[in-house]
Amino acid sequence: MDLKEKLISSFFAFEEQIDLENDIHALRNNAIKFFENKGFPTKKEEDWKYTSLNSILKDDYSIFPKKEDAIEYRDIKKYCIHEIDTYQIVFVDGIYASHLSSTTHDKFDACLMSSALNSPKYKSIIDKYFNKIAPEESLTALNTAFSKEGAFIRVPKSVAAEKPVQILHFSTGNESALMLQPRNLIVVEENAQIQVIERYQSLTANAVLTNSVTEIFVEKNAIMDYYKIQNDKVSSSLIDHTHVKQESNSHCSIHTFSLGGKLTRNNLNFYQHGEHINSVLNGITILEGKQHVDHNTLVHHMQPNCESHQDYKGIFSDRSTGVFNGKVLVDKIAQKTDAFQSNNNILLDDKASINSKPQLEIFADDVKCSHGCTIGQLDQEALYYLRSRGIPIKEAKALMMFAFANKVLTGVKIPEIKHRITKQIALKIGVHLGFDL
Amino acid sequence: MLEIKNLHASVEGEAILKGINLQIKPGEVHAIMGPNGSGKSTLASVIAGNEDFEVTDGDILFERANISELAPEERAHRGIFLSFQYPVEIPGVSVTNFIKTSINQVRKARGLKDMPANEMLKKIREKAALLDMDRKFLSRSLNEGFSGGEKKRNEIFQMAMLEPKLAILDETDSGLDIDALKVVANGVNKLRGKDNSVLLITHYQRLLDYIVPDVVHVLMDGKIVKTGDKQLAKDLEERGYDWIKEEQAEKV
Repeated sequence: MDLKEKLISSFFAFEEQIDLENDIHALRNNAIKFFENKGFPTKKEEDWKYTSLNSILKDDYSIFPKKEDAIEYRDIKKYCIHEIDTYQIVFVDGIYASHLSSTTHDKFDACLMSSALNSPKYKSIIDKYFNKIAPEESLTALNTAFSKEGAFIRVPKSVAAEKPVQILHFSTGNESALMLQPRNLIVVEENAQIQVIERYQSLTANAVLTNSVTEIFVEKNAIMDYYKIQNDKVSSSLIDHTHVKQESNSHCSIHTFSLGGKLTRNNLNFYQHGEHINSVLNGITILEGKQHVDHNTLVHHMQPNCESHQDYKGIFSDRSTGVFNGKVLVDKIAQKTDAFQSNNNILLDDKASINSKPQLEIFADDVKCSHGCTIGQLDQEALYYLRSRGIPIKEAKALMMFAFANKVLTGVKIPEIKHRITKQIALKIGVHLGFDL
Repeated sequence: MLEIKNLHASVEGEAILKGINLQIKPGEVHAIMGPNGSGKSTLASVIAGNEDFEVTDGDILFERANISELAPEERAHRGIFLSFQYPVEIPGVSVTNFIKTSINQVRKARGLKDMPANEMLKKIREKAALLDMDRKFLSRSLNEGFSGGEKKRNEIFQMAMLEPKLAILDETDSGLDIDALKVVANGVNKLRGKDNSVLLITHYQRLLDYIVPDVVHVLMDGKIVKTGDKQLAKDLEERGYDWIKEEQAEKV
């Protein structure tokens, strides 16, 4: 039985675990039908031209993992940003691990999707936001069909979250192969503020496929910073869908650090529904071996006087492959849009490759839109300059790669994250330079 | 300190240096002058180990060891420094982080531990003051958006930090106004000592008023055609290079 059939037949078993009376069950029913019709995307589709899912759909994934309590904090500590005080919503094999988590309902809500979906208290929020910006697309539909658990964050009007929230997913390898469908909803109300850190991490070398969907609503004057740390084992793959809807005068930045995993696909969509919105999309991708990362971004400028800044840097060695497909859509009404997009790549080996495809569709006539894409090797003249100062070739290359990635890191507002990413980059490159950038 | 014997070098198959012989003793300052395209900068690059140039014949001895086959970083570890004619811009690396890395890598190669942070800081401050450099300058990205003069001053700052045994200054005076020239010359003169040598490559006699050379060489068409004292530089300033060309022709 192939994975599609297995998923469809598993849906009946899934229905036995959930409340069928809940309103969202109709959504699930429609979604599974949609997935049944469409199936997994193939390279024939324009958006999937450079990423084939074949290699990750072959495993016999378990759809319903067992609850695992044996994982303790010491097993996961190194994957958490533990140097600072945060709320933590932790899942082990897709199931909430209360002994590892610290949630809140005090000033704002940082808790479980399952409790939000099932509690009358949150019904109005779920009705208003759940599945409202996730587009009709087969993998999103698949997630919606099995949507049951994930993180739920709601920051009420004029509240600034006193500490960041970490959403952490761990897989134990108890199943030889595991498929997860986490579903997150984040609502940042007017004048509210929050920082979120997200990570999917396997603890063993068993195969994991995560198909996640996160919907983020940033209301008027709200501020949201989101950090995705992707440094998983080479047996784990991630297909992520993050959709952001912003209202007037809001600011939202999403930083994606793709340093590991087997296959990673980041679908990141921004919809600007008001004026004077600022959207920031930053990415650092450093790959080796046969790793593959595909960034598929969309910024839809739907109103006048907004900004968007995209800056993605990639360093590819061995046979690793990357894709950057960045679409900027400016509606006719969206005059005075300032949209910037940049994608720079360094290929360290002959067999490494990157497909970079900027797409600008501009229907307004008074806008400032710029994009640039570069693919190259390290600058030989600069390398010689560094070496002439006594810096050996390996360290010189590392210094240049740090410098290359540094611009993207300057936008990171949590120093511990910056420190950690610099350390991970240094580790990947195999040198210690003795300072952080 | 430096002994160059019958050095031939080419770039992309074209011969540039055609038999250079040069000997610099510890503590000496030598100047190399010559018209455009005579091979001055090539000589500097070849001594520093630029791999774009191929040494086709001859040897470069530094402190009696043949360094012709050494990588640029290994030459730097032994105490050779080249002040670039066109310093490279490296966005994202601050002057301070760059010089720290450089100093500690040189120390590592010599079997020393990293320089303690407070000592490093003190030295950076001291040398920046010597070169009349603004503090803000040190946190800027290396050479990015620097004016021509700032780049050259930054080169001499690095030299002052690294305290090389042999400093090669490739057209360091070009692009400097007279005040900056004095500051740079002062930095170089501070390095002079009985164990430190300097090789100045310049078009103009002007720099030699401030850094007085012991020996002046004239380089033409890949060969040193005349060697003299500081008076030779003054003669060149007054009379140009034609009279040397004529002298050469007569010899032939």
